[in-house]
Amino acid sequence: MVNRPLEYDYTVAKMFMLTTVVLGIVGMLIGVILAFELAFPGINLILGDKLAEYTNFSRLRPLHTDAVIFGFTLSGVFATWYYVGQRVLKVSMAESKLLMSVGKLHFWLYIVVVAAAVFSLFAGVTTSKEYAEFEWPIDIGVVVVWVLFGVSMFGLIGIRREKSLYISVWYYIATFLGIAMLYLFNNMEIPTMLATSPAGETGIGSWYHSVSMYSGTNDALVQWWYGHNAVAFGFTVPIVAMIYYFLPKESGQAIYSYKLSLLSFWGLMFVYLWAGGHHLLYSTVPDWMQTMASVFSVILILPSWGSAINMLLTMKGQWQQVAASPLIKFMVLASTFYMFSTLEGPIQAIKSVNAIAHFTDWIVGHVHDGVLGWVGFMIMSALFHMAPRVFKRELYSKSLMATQFWIQTLGVILYFTSMWISGITQGMMWRAHDEFGNLAYSFIDTVTVLHPYYVIRGVGGLLYLIGFLMFAYNIYKTMSSRPVEERELQNATPMGA
Amino acid sequence: MFHWLEKHPFFFAVGVFLVIAFAGLIEILPNFAQASRPVIGTAPYSTLELTGRHIYIKNSCNACHSQLVRPFKSETDRYGHYSLSGEYAYDRPFLWGSKRTGPDLMRVGNYRTTDWHENHMKEPSAVVPSSIMPAYRWLFTNKSDIETAYAEQLTVAKNFGVPYNKPVSMKDGSSKTVKMGASVAEAKSIALEEAKVIAADMRDQDVKDAVANGQIPEIVALIAYLNSLK
Repeated sequence: MVNRPLEYDYTVAKMFMLTTVVLGIVGMLIGVILAFELAFPGINLILGDKLAEYTNFSRLRPLHTDAVIFGFTLSGVFATWYYVGQRVLKVSMAESKLLMSVGKLHFWLYIVVVAAAVFSLFAGVTTSKEYAEFEWPIDIGVVVVWVLFGVSMFGLIGIRREKSLYISVWYYIATFLGIAMLYLFNNMEIPTMLATSPAGETGIGSWYHSVSMYSGTNDALVQWWYGHNAVAFGFTVPIVAMIYYFLPKESGQAIYSYKLSLLSFWGLMFVYLWAGGHHLLYSTVPDWMQTMASVFSVILILPSWGSAINMLLTMKGQWQQVAASPLIKFMVLASTFYMFSTLEGPIQAIKSVNAIAHFTDWIVGHVHDGVLGWVGFMIMSALFHMAPRVFKRELYSKSLMATQFWIQTLGVILYFTSMWISGITQGMMWRAHDEFGNLAYSFIDTVTVLHPYYVIRGVGGLLYLIGFLMFAYNIYKTMSSRPVEERELQNATPMGA
Repeated sequence: MFHWLEKHPFFFAVGVFLVIAFAGLIEILPNFAQASRPVIGTAPYSTLELTGRHIYIKNSCNACHSQLVRPFKSETDRYGHYSLSGEYAYDRPFLWGSKRTGPDLMRVGNYRTTDWHENHMKEPSAVVPSSIMPAYRWLFTNKSDIETAYAEQLTVAKNFGVPYNKPVSMKDGSSKTVKMGASVAEAKSIALEEAKVIAADMRDQDVKDAVANGQIPEIVALIAYLNSLK
């Protein structure tokens, strides 16, 4: 065999980079519209009374969450896997025709499922369960896409040259297994078209409708075991996989501690799943589960901070890079937001705090400092690092990236601070009593008072979206510029006169 | 051990799976052993109520309204008795929600009327000044899908033993039988009878005419569902 460096094949990675950008824009744009609908309800009718059904807050809300989770984030996870996977396993996708076809099929089926999901959510076809809104035909599609991802991943692992799995691969494997388990069990449902009436009629009603296998409290328990851990295995685990690869690569520093990564990984795997019940505090779920959920949520600080501190210490002695490189800024702030968000979550999971926080905007704020500050920043960092390498071109503009960093950071800060104030204000007003023991405020009082914070949140979201459009433009210009080798060489010897 | 696992992806994956599946086994299985049992006074949804529940879900009402009263004085003062597990026995899916942009609806049937909902859905801010809830005017023209609700009734009666056409004990010691049709045609006529009762309390002439002609606008089914929440 000829002894030359491996030529990695980024065909599939490029495809998923594209959907990361496009679905990111779609999801965030819908988010901004939703934010302004709460501040200015007239926007619900933005396309007129006839189309109000489709521009309405409640119809759009699942579209926003699903577009950013299953669109933006999952695309980012797939794109980085098809990049990182080859490099840390020291094997090219070009070496296996089968794996290449599986990868491409994975992408195209993913597109079909996304299109079906968008269409069905606009039409109001939903099971109502958060982040599991899809009805059974789409669920089957999701499962097929996920199996293809698994085949792709384990296939590549199977033909690897580097025998030891790098830390990022641990996290990608966990992502695959975790989502597979959660999604399957939470979406157990019976299609109602299978029913037969006493009169012998079959196939009654919509063919796509189904009914959950679980009822009431059990249904809630399974849903939040899923809902919380979809956050774990969609928003935490694969993003940690990314930072373990991209931060050392971009900074040229080795991971600070292998032992700390071991502790964080296995700790996160064991602890995270217990915490789902913190979405159900003071509900009708058995008390011992609520207590377990609170306790484990607090313990969860350890493995989460383990990863984040490991990342920050990786920069030890190299902090001047934070000032010099906007990309390092993004990643360092991402791990800082990860620490911040994983401290805020456990605080909200303490029962007495949850009594105020639950059902309010503080929860929305918590989700967003996690996803905007941590997930969004990290996925964009990954793509910024990948773009020059997969397209073999210089990054279009570093100063645009730096401007984007500050605009988005400001956006995130406006977002979570306004939601803190809004959430705590509303939580306190709901429970306020006057000196005679009567409720101090009617419900609408606790809504109108939030108006200024809803406006600030909308502006924060808009700034983040503007930053994301700058990111998209930067990537587009990078992609469409002339390749490096075609350009005039800067330091070439002048042609002899 | 860890170094060995990192060189053996299969065993690594098995290890990860066991570690993440553990919590689910401990937390979820025991609760399933004692399946949801209804409390006295909880009856299955009628055909029209279930149709309304589908409309509630279709429009993601649960994105802004919870159906879970927590055991705090401030909540029981505002919404009524705190929720009991058995009250949700026939809720597939559960609709507790996770955000209260609007008030809780667990017992809205106790303090709002058909008339109130009709006006409110047409123009929320006309009933609750400065409300940020959007209007749901298309519910007055869209027609309800009774057949799907009927198919769901058949499914839950067969698979989960939901007691349709069987007497269910009520709080006052009486019993109530929720009827489920023997055919699509009968299910529709049962739903229409229920719809007539609701439409009688409504003002919208188009809705009244539609019901008189045997059609059920979505708003009628939705109000039937909201009135059933007690």
